Amino acid sequence: MNKLLLGRYIPGTSWIHDIDPRAKLASGVSLIVAILSVGHVYTTAVLWIMTYLIMRLTGIRVRTYIRGVKPLIWIIVFTVVLQIFFTAGGTIYWAWGPLTVSQFGLQQGYLVFTRFVLVILLSTVITLTTRPTDLSDALYDLLRPLRLLRLPIDEFAFMLSISLRLIPDLLDEAQRILDAQRLRGADIGEGSLLRQMRSLIPVVLPLFQSSLNRADRLAYALEVRGFRQGIRRSRFRRFRWQWKDTITLSLVVLFTLGLLLW
Amino acid sequence: MHITLEDVAADYKLGPIRHADVLVHVQAVFRDKALTAVIGHTGSGKTSLLKVLTGLITPTQGRIRVGDIMVDAQDYSASHHKAIRKKMGLVFQYPETQLFAETVEKDIIFGPMNLGVPEQEAKEQARELAIKVGLDPKLLAASPFSLSNGQRRRVAIAGILAMKPDILMLDEPAAGLDPAGRKDILSLIMNWHREHQLTTILVTQDIDEAACYADEMIVMSEGTVVMQADTREVLSDPELLRAYNLESPRVRVLQEKIEYRAGIKLPRVCITIEELASALIEAGLV
Repeated sequence: MNKLLLGRYIPGTSWIHDIDPRAKLASGVSLIVAILSVGHVYTTAVLWIMTYLIMRLTGIRVRTYIRGVKPLIWIIVFTVVLQIFFTAGGTIYWAWGPLTVSQFGLQQGYLVFTRFVLVILLSTVITLTTRPTDLSDALYDLLRPLRLLRLPIDEFAFMLSISLRLIPDLLDEAQRILDAQRLRGADIGEGSLLRQMRSLIPVVLPLFQSSLNRADRLAYALEVRGFRQGIRRSRFRRFRWQWKDTITLSLVVLFTLGLLLW
Repeated sequence: MHITLEDVAADYKLGPIRHADVLVHVQAVFRDKALTAVIGHTGSGKTSLLKVLTGLITPTQGRIRVGDIMVDAQDYSASHHKAIRKKMGLVFQYPETQLFAETVEKDIIFGPMNLGVPEQEAKEQARELAIKVGLDPKLLAASPFSLSNGQRRRVAIAGILAMKPDILMLDEPAAGLDPAGRKDILSLIMNWHREHQLTTILVTQDIDEAACYADEMIVMSEGTVVMQADTREVLSDPELLRAYNLESPRVRVLQEKIEYRAGIKLPRVCITIEELASALIEAGLV
């Protein structure tokens, strides 16, 4: 239950920790654009190396990042296998009915794998090195122009910061209920798929109940402290844009453009 | 059932990042059929002690012996720990948050059914238990979510008692209840403990409660047991209690005040109101 890295933050003093969250987020988006649009096997190699270097720069062990990929491994494997078997073209290595393993299929499978893993790794870099509140503040700043279109950006950012903040709490709560039900003899996660799903009821139901209660209490707490929708809020911590933020962002954007034009 | 812990240590894997030693060199004995209170300030390792006993966290060092089953961290066997777990009933803090079934009855029989007790038999037991824990049997058909907090806690406790544990462990069973509710829950537990001659472990922060109910006490601080003795011995030493950030029971404070003001010394340390009352009468002060 505690394996999920989402919403967790590891304090540190690395370059990546230090840059302005807005620069970090924009750089992340830029790199993800690069990852998603690159279609050549050689250019992906550059991206793998780049991502590896970024992970090393954060000072957090690479193993930690790999553990972040693990919960999603089955989705990745499933998609990759589909790509390999159902893409035709180029030299055909193996065929059985509609299933073929072709040169294009293998390439496509590799590309999908690369995109999945690199996007997860880079998002993990951002979430692990940025305080959740900073992240949602940065997102708010970057999305602010959309307010002109009358989109509720303030509420959205606020919701996001609360959700991010509550993820670890929710996981702890789930663990607590899981422990309690295991002590009452529940075999959670054993047997057939149907049995496994049924055995989760004793965990999921109390979890829902307590989450709704918590949301209710939180809403009251916010209201008594003067929260109202649609008003301007000031901010306790402000970001300060520095030279190294400009440099980082420019380098990343140049890198992305370079890859796209290659 | 006799429980001993020899030099037990454990740490939490709180996820890929956080890591914490929660128990170090724990040396403790829970005497057969006795009610032992585990006291200590927040974060002293009381709950972790229960978790390591039930195998929810795996010991990294030392030996745990329960009856004739032994779990050794050096030669760890999950099946041994599971065998121990079957003998134990643990009521978590705020147990009402773990209810889930459509009716109170279904929730109470969840544990026994997992142990393979036939449904009819489990239902009969549930009815008896409901009365024992002070629930109106009519409520058996109600949804647990429609009950008050105090009632829901009784349901949760009945759900653990229904599994007929040899060892009953309670983590702050009265937390968050009003004074009358606290007393009800604790005397319910006390009666069960006496009637079934269970080995009972009561984790609490309330020293007055521990003084009233416990035969023995274990004082924990910073993840280890700093003292184990019978209740009177622990409570007679206010210096020790203060050293571990615990208060003396109110009866003790009152006794000290009376002794100071009257300029006398009562013949013994009183840890309940009744004891103090009779000591005062014997001394001719009342």
